[in-house]
Amino acid sequence: MQSTEYLRVSSLHAFYGESHVLHGMDFTVRRGECVSLLGRNGAGRTTTLRAIMGLTGKRTGSIMINGREAVNLAPHKIAQLGVGYCPEERGIYSSLTCEENLMLPPKVGSGGMSVEELYEMFPNLKERRHSQGTKMSGGEQQMLAMARILRTGARLLLLDEISEGLAPVIVQKLAEIIQTLKQRGYTIVLVEQNFRFAAPLADRMFIVEHGQVVAEIAQHELQEKQAFLQETLGV
Amino acid sequence: MIEIFGVPLPSLMGQLTLGLVNGSFYAVLSLGLAVIFGMLHIINFCHGACYMLGALFTWMAMEYFGLGYWWALLLVPLSVAAIGIVLERLLLQRLYKLDYLYALLLTFGIALMIEGGFRYLFGATGKPYSIPDELTGALDLGFMFLPKYRAWVIGASLTVCLFTWYMIEKTRLGAYLRAATENPKLTQAFGINVPVMVMLTYGFGVGLAGLAGVLAAPTTQVSPLMGSNMIILVFAVVVIGGMGSILGSVITGLGLGVVEGLTKVFYPEASAVIVFVIMAIVLWLRPAGLFGKGA
Ligand SMILES: Nc1ncnc2c1ncn2[C@@H]1O[C@H](COP(=O)(O)OP(=O)(O)OP(=O)(O)O)[C@@H](O)[C@H]1O
Ligand SMILES: [Mg+2]
Repeated sequence: MQSTEYLRVSSLHAFYGESHVLHGMDFTVRRGECVSLLGRNGAGRTTTLRAIMGLTGKRTGSIMINGREAVNLAPHKIAQLGVGYCPEERGIYSSLTCEENLMLPPKVGSGGMSVEELYEMFPNLKERRHSQGTKMSGGEQQMLAMARILRTGARLLLLDEISEGLAPVIVQKLAEIIQTLKQRGYTIVLVEQNFRFAAPLADRMFIVEHGQVVAEIAQHELQEKQAFLQETLGV
Repeated sequence: MIEIFGVPLPSLMGQLTLGLVNGSFYAVLSLGLAVIFGMLHIINFCHGACYMLGALFTWMAMEYFGLGYWWALLLVPLSVAAIGIVLERLLLQRLYKLDYLYALLLTFGIALMIEGGFRYLFGATGKPYSIPDELTGALDLGFMFLPKYRAWVIGASLTVCLFTWYMIEKTRLGAYLRAATENPKLTQAFGINVPVMVMLTYGFGVGLAGLAGVLAAPTTQVSPLMGSNMIILVFAVVVIGGMGSILGSVITGLGLGVVEGLTKVFYPEASAVIVFVIMAIVLWLRPAGLFGKGA
């Protein structure tokens, strides 16, 4: 299975200044796979994505992205390996319009979606394209944060809590979009608090606690591990 | 002869255009400070020294290489920008993680070194630089004679300011710049080389100061001290306009130049302090400045 591995994180330690947040994260994601990182508040899931992007303080260990070591690269070099990052706080720029936000990230790979295709997928963004980025609703901002990394040709998507704080219809819409992206062969890491959202989408789930992966659960094991999940996640 | 409040029209218009010329320098210089501040969050204390370098290089190009005004206009801003880029790479970039006071002290120290060095080499006396042939003489506007060089300084400065504004607000490069100003880390995580943008922004900002220096060379005595005289006024302009607004710094710069010019006509005794009086009033009524965001 070595050749189909798209992301391999091994013994990853990460720090914010003096505070040691990741204590040896280990997990892999295969090409075209969707995995979810689940865990309680403060477990270190956001930090894992930030560490992959090079946005934390000091990092040690290894992050292989599509066969390239990324642990010592600057953030823009990591993105250029074909990684799209959707941060927990969405990161919509208030000094840019909706369309400028959409067009901002430069191409990092071939085969990104066209603007027309994206406007078809997210019709609201077309309507709001001249609005100031942060004047849009939470749902629209989330759609925009997703759409702008699909334009770039990134094949590995790191999505942090995309369903958080959104109305059920919008969460439903996001789930459909993730399904579409899976069919198109994107490799996806979903960080989620919302187990019900992640469970049907993820091929495998990693349970994170105190900056480490403590369990791995495949889609077909969901039933039998119900009790364990209830205990560790409180779902 | 037509008079306004007892002042003959030509002399009034003369002071007005002179005010606009000074205002143009304030505008270009405070624009550079605003661009640098927006991206690097530092107050560039060596801005005046870069302005002085612009004028002195212009004089040196003529004196030592026989390169005239138009060559200087092209080459000098680029050389000042290059010096800025070297300073940013060697020194400034090491301070971004620290309190902004460190960068302020560093740039202040650099200003003192540049000024001291050139004072040692050239002395403090002013050197004359003549207006290029194409721009000598005056235009007859009917109600006044407008010296061509003044018209050129005002026109060139406004064009540069407008161009900068357009680049930042309306182009893709400007969108990168705005994004990197607002959230540098995320912008870099999208694949944009933010450290290089920061470096180029600093180069561009001090290059603007160099350009202002070239424009100023024929209007004043070129001397190693001209920057420190100028920068004090420009900081007052920045305080009045509010830090960070591009358009605000341009409008404030021009406006204060005019106010200063008119003060010279109507109440010459106050002309040296009027900008600082306005600064005090603005600080009192609107601490964030006329165009600043928030209080
Ligand atoms: N900038 C920071 N500086 C210092 N510590 C931080 C910083 N950001 C997060 N932490 C700490 O790191 C730990 C992991 O945080 P992280 O944001 O990765 O958690 P999470 O699993 O994403 O949880 P959630 O998003 O639900 O809060 C927490 O204990 C948090 O307090
Ligand atoms: Mg989180």
